[in-house]
Formats: sequence, C-alpha cells, structure tokens
Amino acid sequence: MRGAFVRTLTELAAADERILLLTGDLGFMALEPFHDRFPGRFFNMGVAEQNMVGVATGLAEAGFVPYVYSIATFAVLRPYEFIRNGPIWHALPVRIVGIGGGFEYGTQGLSHHAVEDLGVMRIQPGIRVIAPADHRQAEAAIRQSWDHPGPIYYRLGKDDRTTVPGLDGRFTPDGIDTIGDGTDVALVATGSVAVEAVAAADLLRERGVSATVAIVSTLQPAPEAALAALLRRVPRALSVEAHYVTGGVGSLVAEVIAEHALPCRLVRCGVRAVSDGRSGSQQYMHARHGLTRTGLAETALAALARPGT
Amino acid sequence: MIEQSKRAGVGHIGSALSVADLVAAVCSRVLRGRPDDPERDRFVVSKGHAVLAVYAALYLGDVLTQQDLDGYCADASLLGVHPEHALTGIDFSTGSLGQGLSIGAGAALAARLQGSPRRVYVLMSDAECNEGSVWEAAMFAAHHRLGALTAVIDLNGQQAMGATDDILSLTPMAARWQAFGWDVHEVDGHDEARLGATLAALDGERPHVLVAHTVFGKGVSFMERQLKWHYLPMSDDDYRQAMQELGATETEACAGRSSAR
Repeated sequence: MRGAFVRTLTELAAADERILLLTGDLGFMALEPFHDRFPGRFFNMGVAEQNMVGVATGLAEAGFVPYVYSIATFAVLRPYEFIRNGPIWHALPVRIVGIGGGFEYGTQGLSHHAVEDLGVMRIQPGIRVIAPADHRQAEAAIRQSWDHPGPIYYRLGKDDRTTVPGLDGRFTPDGIDTIGDGTDVALVATGSVAVEAVAAADLLRERGVSATVAIVSTLQPAPEAALAALLRRVPRALSVEAHYVTGGVGSLVAEVIAEHALPCRLVRCGVRAVSDGRSGSQQYMHARHGLTRTGLAETALAALARPGT
Repeated sequence: MIEQSKRAGVGHIGSALSVADLVAAVCSRVLRGRPDDPERDRFVVSKGHAVLAVYAALYLGDVLTQQDLDGYCADASLLGVHPEHALTGIDFSTGSLGQGLSIGAGAALAARLQGSPRRVYVLMSDAECNEGSVWEAAMFAAHHRLGALTAVIDLNGQQAMGATDDILSLTPMAARWQAFGWDVHEVDGHDEARLGATLAALDGERPHVLVAHTVFGKGVSFMERQLKWHYLPMSDDDYRQAMQELGATETEACAGRSSAR
C-alpha cells in the first residue's frame, strides 16, 4: 500500500498544487518518487511529529492539502493532541498517513505496533478514518477521498503485492465491501489482515459453513446502515483486526448490534493484552492473537457450536 | 478587561494584564488586514488563556461590538476563556500550551510557498516554553529561515504554581532562542510604543522573537506578581479598586454583582 500511496499521491499532486508531503524522517526508499518530482513540495520535518502536525495545520488553513507521513504509531499517538486541536477542531484537510498498522513491523516490538490507532482516531467524530485491506483498495480509497474538505487518517500497510481475493480493488465510501454471501457467519475485517479472513471463509466452506466476509475500510464515519443490513441476516459474526479488540472494528460491530438490537452473537478477534515482550514476524504475531486463517476458522466453528440468541 | 473579567467572574485576569501592551503593539502597530481577508497577517494566541486582551483589541479595532464583548464567558458565547476560531478575528483555536508556534511556523511556510508577504505573529507565555514541542517548532522555523514568523514571549516569570525559576527554569531565555538560531530582541513588555517600533523594524531571514519582560497583573497594584490572580475572580471591592487605579469608570452592571459563579 505504501507504493500505491506514493504513486497515487504523485499523480494527484501533478494535477493539484495544493498537495504537499511532510514526513517525520521516515520513508527512505519509498517517498523518492514524490520528492524527485516535487522537491519544493516535500518536507522532511525531522523526528518531530508534534511540530509536523502543527505545521500541517498552519499550511492547511492557508489552503494547502498536507499529507503527514510516518509509521502509524508515531503518526497518530505522539501528536494525537495536535491532531485533535489542529485539523480536527479547525476542520482542515490534513491527511495523517500511518504506515504499517497492526503487526506489520512484527519484530520491531510494541513501540512499532499500532494496535490502538483506529480506536483513538475513530472516537473523534471530526476525522475520516480509512484502513484499506490491500494496495488496490488503498489506491481507490486515496483517489476517492483526497479532496475531502476535512481531515483524514489513512492506516496503510507496507505490502504492495498481496491482494485480497474477490475484493478487486473496490472501495465503497461510507459503506462496506463484501466477498461471498454466506448466511452462517459474517467475518467483519479491517486492514491488511482481511486476507486471512477471506482464507478462513474458504476453510469454513470446506467444513460446510457458509460465510460472508465484510471489509470495513472506512471506520469513521461508521458504515452503520450497511453493517446493520449485513448483521441482520447472520446469527454469528467475528470481527477481525490487527488491533486491540476495544475501540476498533470489534467495538464498531458491537455498537451496531446493540443499537439495532440485532439477533447476532459477536466474537471479537484481535489483541486482548499488552505485549509480554515476545515479538516475531507478522505471521507469528497474528498466530499468537488468533488472527491466522486457521485460527479464525476454529474460532468461527466454536462460535457456531455455542448456543445462539 | 477588568470590567468583562468581573462581569464573567472567571480567572486569568493577571495573564491578560501581563500581555495587554504586547497585544496592543501587535494589533495596532503591525498586524495587517481585516479578518475576512485571506491575505491578512495571522495572529496565533498560543497563550490562549490571555485572550481577553485580544478580545479588547478586536473591540477597539471594530471587529467585535460592545454586545459581543458583553457576552464574554456567557452561555453559548464564542468569547470563552480560550480563543475559538469560530469567532471572527480569531485565526486559530488554542488553549493547550505549546501548539501555537508550530501552527505559526506552518502559516509562515504557507506564505512563502504562496509568494505572499503575509506575516505571522505568535503570542506565547514563558512557561509555555516548558513544552518540548516549542523547541521542535523553534528548530524548524530557524532551519527553514522563516523570517515572516515572529514570536512574542510574555516573560513574566510566573507560571500556574509559582515562579518559573523555581519550577522549571527557562533562564537565560534570550540565549536559548539565540542558540536555536533566532533573531532575538529583549524588550520592555510594557513600553507599547517601543514594542511597536521594534516589531515594525524586524527584518531578515531568521525568525524573530521578542523576549518581552512583563509584570504579571500589570497596572493593578494588588494583582501585580500575585499568583492568585491566575485563578481568582474579583470581589466587588477588588473591582472598584482596580478600576480606580486604572482611572476607568465603573459600570453598574459589574459593581454589586456576585463574584462567585
């Protein structure tokens, strides 16, 4: 998604000179296409994320559309209050671009694992929160949202090869994108871990269970109507996210089920405890938190075996 | 300010008095453009809790009416204790210290990129410089030689719980900004004419900072250097004495009203 972002942004910037790119000294061997084409519109802000967001606020008030780039934890958590009091409060078109949500920086440890970014951004009603599932959806999302008048947070993965089978680059603003139309269980997934949810649906089909995978790529504003329509017709749902189970898509699904009084039982799949210090590859981290295809399929089967509503 | 502070029954009057001459110099001597002009200079009140002084300046500049001013801290008013950009004449909402200089640096960079002669003024407190983000912005503005940016620091030596030198020393303030590459001017923060002349003469590629020596609660004897006026509303007697010392006329609406709200 990082390559898709830089390529798409460079194209958009050629057509609109309001676009600027600011980085917190990250993006080596990634941001060069933009820098080489528009050196006067690229700013390495140094290792100073608070100032980066503050400067972006001043730039946006004067008419620019600044993209603020860093690893997701540093882009969101360090300058969080600057984001709140700056672009959100002033309703300015600053784009916070957080790279590598969840466990994409697996071996780097908790400091680099964004497992609460969606939650802390989603609770702010003044910012759109977009977390694409693959690079094709990322490109579509950036193209369809870049000129939104308010702020946006994009959580983008590093992977520019994997595609989610059946998603075909779809991005439905304010809605969800579904794969399959099973009626036994819905797997509601966000971010690059969605590919595991689609694979889990295949495993479930082999076990005689029909599943729908729903990709939620816009968490704020919440695609409430679309989610409610989906969850109304399935007795079980799993939320799937490389994120704490509180605050992200799991919480969103729970809110929709509760507020719409839907007869659907939810199991939230995600991270439930703070790091114990042991890290490893993204695959290892997903396995530890039950987010691999086999782990998700087992959780779904167990949920189906329990009494319903 | 005394009248509105009494009417509203809120604190921070000491801070507003501390910056009054600084705000007067910026607003009357250098700040250009009406609030609806996109090419106006920008004024970031990073020391948001002193915004009452800016409301007074906006009133004197015919941006706010007496009626607007009388709404200070009333229910549903845009004139709160801290500035709101929804109010005409306020460029940026603030209230959390340490954020305004970055915004001002962005505004100055924007002016350069757009080839505009806009200038940017940022009013800061001395204790605000406890915030690390101030120094991130200081580095950035100096590195990019943002000469359109001017910070005005209200160096009154006091902060919320005592003297800055006792809590987290910022001394020597001017040398710190010099070391960060700024064009530094140490000035008397209550000599409005000289402040104006200094501001008007600022020139060069380096960002500018006025380290303005001020007195917290300036102009009211019992408030000067008295920390409690960071917090307290005035009693009726306080109000009468303050107005007397400032040679102002009491307003009946204020005298006799309870100070506790």
